[in-house]
Amino acid sequence: MEHLELFLKSIFIDNMVFATFLGMCSYLAVSKKVNTAVGLGAAVIFVLAITVPLNWLLDQYLLQPGALSWLGEEYADYDLSFLSFIMFIATIATMVQLVEIVVEKFSPSLYNSLGIFLPLIAVNCAILGGSLFMQSREIPTLGLATVYGIGSGIGWFLAILAIAAIREKIRYSNVPPALRGLGITFIITGLMAIGFMSFGGMLTGGDEEAPKEEKTVKVDSKEEKEVLANNIKVNE
Amino acid sequence: MGLLSKKDAKLITDPLADNNPITIQVLGICSALAITAELKASIVMAISVMAVLAIGNVVISLMRNIIPSKIRIIVQLVVVAALVIIVDQVLKAFAYELSKTLSVFVGLIITNCIIMGRFEAFALANKPWRSFLDGLGNAAGYGLILIIVGFFRELLGSGTLLGYPVLGNPIPGELTGLYKYGYENNGFMLLSPMALIVVGIIIWVQRSKNKALVEDN
Repeated sequence: MEHLELFLKSIFIDNMVFATFLGMCSYLAVSKKVNTAVGLGAAVIFVLAITVPLNWLLDQYLLQPGALSWLGEEYADYDLSFLSFIMFIATIATMVQLVEIVVEKFSPSLYNSLGIFLPLIAVNCAILGGSLFMQSREIPTLGLATVYGIGSGIGWFLAILAIAAIREKIRYSNVPPALRGLGITFIITGLMAIGFMSFGGMLTGGDEEAPKEEKTVKVDSKEEKEVLANNIKVNE
Repeated sequence: MGLLSKKDAKLITDPLADNNPITIQVLGICSALAITAELKASIVMAISVMAVLAIGNVVISLMRNIIPSKIRIIVQLVVVAALVIIVDQVLKAFAYELSKTLSVFVGLIITNCIIMGRFEAFALANKPWRSFLDGLGNAAGYGLILIIVGFFRELLGSGTLLGYPVLGNPIPGELTGLYKYGYENNGFMLLSPMALIVVGIIIWVQRSKNKALVEDN
């Protein structure tokens, strides 16, 4: 149940694109055609599904304060968490290289159409963001970390698929010239994000017995919650 | 700009408008949207990116002749990650509260595409001084958009700028300033979707001023 909840939450409520704006660069650049969008989306799911659990292991047994205690008593108070950026990015760069080799071997046409964006998955913020959120939200088990990785990947996939489909249609619409291309894509993404906010009550069903959860669900990301909390203080 | 030749000055001024990293090159968007609910966070983020990009550009430019092209992405990532760790530690030391607000987004400077983009497109082929200027210019163009978005979101969303109430006192019963006339804060501006829409509008304004930038659908 816990797994399913986290899965749905990471797809719809904490959606990478609409709630935290991760991976926007490739989201905007590769979403002109549905085909390439699907290819990149699948690659992102794959990379996230591998790197989040791997980085969870790294975090648990190497980086967290006290994580080194398995080495012996005298290592118990080491805190290597400042190294997490570099360790996470190393894992990710390796995995992306691997995906690149696999895609080139099995689907040369997809490889060609993705072009520069395949190696750029390494610097897709969604991937590093997945690992960093996994760390900062203190996801407790390896299983949950895997579910979180896959769920976030699917959320990103859904987002890029949707925008690519819309952009294919919008080519035939009469958009004001200055708004064409990037501008209208931004605004549509904003509207989609508003739509996705309505998934907020999904897991609680607006249940009155779980007021605590509703609070966390209503506001999407941590940062916004803090900002809102400050704002409420000011208002009161 | 007596210090800089015309060509060098262009490196700084171009990314501010006609070649802006966010609105034209479509790079570095994630952080531009995510941390702009407050002006202060936008400014700190802009300064951090400027430091990382300018120094990183110089470092990569100094090493450009000895980096094998096959492993250049990894080399670039290591350079950025090292610089970002320094920035993160400095922020934690001197502005702890703010570094909490920025949370993972400081770490995400590593994957800010502007940085990789400039390393790939400029630092690998140019001398250190020019790379430094290019880094400064691009980070400034990025910061400019960040600050504009942060300004509007904080002003319309919470009625404050840098935390100071500028539109009056919104507390019921002792209303002052604009609030007396029935104005209310638009809390929606603080939520994520509005950041996208604000950037969309900036792009709209920019392109209607400069028709050369208009794209196809």
